[in-house]
Amino acid sequence: MQKSLHIDPNKCTGCLQCEMACSWENHRSFTIAKSRIKVFSFHEAARFVPYTCTQCDEAWCMMACPTEAIKLDPVTGAKIVLDPTCVGCKVCTIACPFGTINYVASSGKVQKCDLCGGAPACAKACPTGAITFVDADWTGLEKMRQWADKTDTNPATV
Amino acid sequence: MAWTKKVLRVNLTAGTCTTEPLNQQWAQDYLGQRGLATKYLCSEIDPKVDPLAEGNKLIFVTGPLTGTMAATGGRYSVVTKGPLTGAIACSNSGGYFGAELKFAGWDMVIFEGRSAKPVYLLIIDGKAELLDASHLWGKTTWHTEETLKKQHQDPQIRVASIGRAGESGVMYAGIVNDLHRAAGRSGVGAVMGSKNLKAVAVRGTLTDAYQVANPEAFFTAVDAGKAVLAANGVTGVGLPTYGTQVLMNIINELGALPSYNHREAQFESANAIGGEAMHEKRPTDGKPNLVKNGACFGCTIACGRISRMDPNHFSVKDKPQYHGASGGVEYEAAWALGAANGVSDLEALTYANFLCNEDGYDPISFGATVGAAMELYDLGILTEAEVGLKLTWGSAEALVKLAEWTAVGEGFGKIIGLGSKRLCAKYGRPELSMTVKGQEFPAYDGRGLQGMGLEYATSNRGACHVRGYMVSPEVLGIPVKMEPQATEGKPAMLKAFQDLTAVVDSAGICLFTTFAWGLQDIQPQIQAACEGDWSEERLLLVGERIWNLEREFNLGAGLSKKDDTLPPRLLTEAIKTGPQKGAVCHLDKMLPEYYEVRGWSAEGVPTAATRTRLSL
Repeated sequence: MQKSLHIDPNKCTGCLQCEMACSWENHRSFTIAKSRIKVFSFHEAARFVPYTCTQCDEAWCMMACPTEAIKLDPVTGAKIVLDPTCVGCKVCTIACPFGTINYVASSGKVQKCDLCGGAPACAKACPTGAITFVDADWTGLEKMRQWADKTDTNPATV
Repeated sequence: MAWTKKVLRVNLTAGTCTTEPLNQQWAQDYLGQRGLATKYLCSEIDPKVDPLAEGNKLIFVTGPLTGTMAATGGRYSVVTKGPLTGAIACSNSGGYFGAELKFAGWDMVIFEGRSAKPVYLLIIDGKAELLDASHLWGKTTWHTEETLKKQHQDPQIRVASIGRAGESGVMYAGIVNDLHRAAGRSGVGAVMGSKNLKAVAVRGTLTDAYQVANPEAFFTAVDAGKAVLAANGVTGVGLPTYGTQVLMNIINELGALPSYNHREAQFESANAIGGEAMHEKRPTDGKPNLVKNGACFGCTIACGRISRMDPNHFSVKDKPQYHGASGGVEYEAAWALGAANGVSDLEALTYANFLCNEDGYDPISFGATVGAAMELYDLGILTEAEVGLKLTWGSAEALVKLAEWTAVGEGFGKIIGLGSKRLCAKYGRPELSMTVKGQEFPAYDGRGLQGMGLEYATSNRGACHVRGYMVSPEVLGIPVKMEPQATEGKPAMLKAFQDLTAVVDSAGICLFTTFAWGLQDIQPQIQAACEGDWSEERLLLVGERIWNLEREFNLGAGLSKKDDTLPPRLLTEAIKTGPQKGAVCHLDKMLPEYYEVRGWSAEGVPTAATRTRLSL
C-alpha cells in the first residue's frame, strides 16, 4: 500500500517541529531554512498551513528535468532528486506549479520532499496530528468520518 | 557545541559591528541566555549607571537549547539594567526570533553606546550591519516588521522591535518579536529606545553554526520530554485549551485574585474575562473571542491565544486594522487589564492587549498602573480635569483611551507610562503603588499566597511571578502541595524554585514546561546537547550562582534589604472577604529564614562562604 503525507491545517499550531525534523533528517542540522516542508502563517486569519510536495503522479518537475535527475521511487511513490545527476539548472523549480522543489545554493542542487524513504520525519515530529502519513488512497477518510458523524439517522431522539 | 561560540558586539555610538568568541568558561559557569548575559552585563557595566544613559548595555541572548528540537526550544532573553526598577532586568520571549538568531550563528548580541539617529540592526548569517531607521521611527512594531520584510524582500526575516512606547520612554516598554511575542517586563524596550535602536532583523540559514553534542542521546531525551508534556494535564490539555487563562477562575475561587488595585482579593466578574469566557460565543456577533491556540518555536504545548475581536465593539468599530486575528489575552494581561481595575469587558481587554503588542508595552505594568490611577481618582486625588476623562473603577472606555494615549505618549498617557510607583509618588500617595522595587505585581495576591508574597519581595527584577512560581506548590500541588497560608518551608521551597527557574531561563526553553517537567526531565536534554558534564547538582548550583550574581548587581546598584519588602497594603491590610479573609503577608516571618537558606547575612548580602561556594 502506498502512503502519502496528509495535512490538516486546522490542527497546526505553527511550532515548526516539522521543519526542524526535515532539516535534521536531510542536513543533520536544525536549520529551518533548509527544510523541504514550510509552515505558512496567515496571521490575520489565524491559520498555520504546513505545505510541501504532494508527489504528483505525472510530476512536472520530473518531466521537465533535462538530465533525468528526478526519479520515481516505486515503493513510496516519491519523486526523488538524484544529487549526482542534478546539474542545478532549476528548470524543475520553474515547472513545478506549487513551488515545492527549490534550489539549495550551498549544494548547487535542487531539493524536494522524498518522503524520507517511507518514514517522513515531519509526520513523526508533529505534536498535534496536523501532519500524518496515511493510506494514499484514503487521505479523505478522516474528513469523511467527521461528516459521517454529523449525520443523524434518528432525528426523533434529538 | 550547542553554543555557536560567537558574540556580536554592536557599538551604536561608533556604528560598528564586531565578532568576538564566546567566553566559554562563562558558558560553563552560567549555561546560556539569562545566566550568561547576566555575567557579561555585570562584567561590563557599572551597576550604578543610569539605565537610560549611554553607559547601559542591552543584550539579546539565546540558550544552548534555543534552535534545537527540544520542546519549547526557541526562547531568547533581553538583559539590561531596567529603568522601571533600577535593578537588573531580564525579559524572556518566545516566538521565532530567538531561534533565528541562533540559525544565523549568534549566541548573543551586545548593544552598547547610543546611536545619534534611529537605526536598526540587520543580521544575515555572519553579516551584521546598522542601517538607517528614520522611516521606521514613530511607527508601530507591526508596521516595522512588515516594512522590513518587504524592504529586504524576504518574508522569512524575523524581527524584534520597539513600538512608539519604547521610543517615547514608557518606563515599562517592551520589545516585541513576531507581532505578539514580547520581552515584556521591566522596561527593556525603553532602554532600546534610549539607544535609538528601533529593531533587530535577522535571517539565519547556516547549517554548521552549532550542533548538539550527542544526537542520539539528545533525541532520546527530547522525545521523552515531549511525551511527559503531552501526558500532563496542565501542559497536555489545560494550557492548549485555555492558555494561561486556565488560572483566572481557579485563582479567583481561591481568593487570591487581586482586584481594584489590591483592595479586594476576588473579582466579581472573573468568569467574564477568563479562559472559559474566551471560548464562549459572544451575544453580539455569535462568535467566540478565541479563534485558536498557537505555538512559539518548537513548542509542543501551544498555550498561545489567538483572538479575533467583535468588529462592532466600540473600541474598534471604525478601525478595520484590528478586525483580523492577533495575539489574545493571556492570564496576566487579562488580570492586569481587567481585574486590577475592575474592567469586565473581554473585548476591551483584547483591544488594549492588541495595542500593548502593537506599540510594545507591558500589559501587566500598564493595567496595574491604571488600577492605581483609578484608586487615586476614587479617592478624589485625581480629577477628571487632570486626567481628561472619567477614571471610574471598571470603565472599559477609560482603559481603552489610556491604552491609546500611553502607546503614543499623549496626554495623561504620559503619566500612566511612568508606572505605578512614579504615578503614586507624584500624587503624594506612594503607599498606593502595588509594586516591589518599582515593578507592578502580577496576578496573584501576596497575602492570599504567602510564598508568592515572599517571591515578590525577593525577586531580583522587582515584583514578578516568573522568577519563583510558588503558585505551583501553593495552588497546583507541584511538586508537593503547600497550604497557601502556611509560612513554614516556604523560604526553602522558594529558593529551590528560583534556582531551578534560573536554569530553565538560561537553557533556551520555556518555564511553562515545568508544570510537567522536573529537573530530571530537563537535565538529560542539556547533558546531551552541551559539552561537559551537566549533573542535576551542577545545574542547581548554576541556577544559584545566577541568582546570587543578579543579587550582587542589585546591591551594587544601591538596592538593599529595605527594598525586599511589599507595599503596606499587603503587610497590614487584611484581605476582607473570601477564602483567604483575614490574611496579610507574613513577610517578617519568612524573609530572615529566606536570607539564611540563601547563605546571606541578616542584611541580605551573600556571605563570603556563599560567594566561595558559588565561585563568585
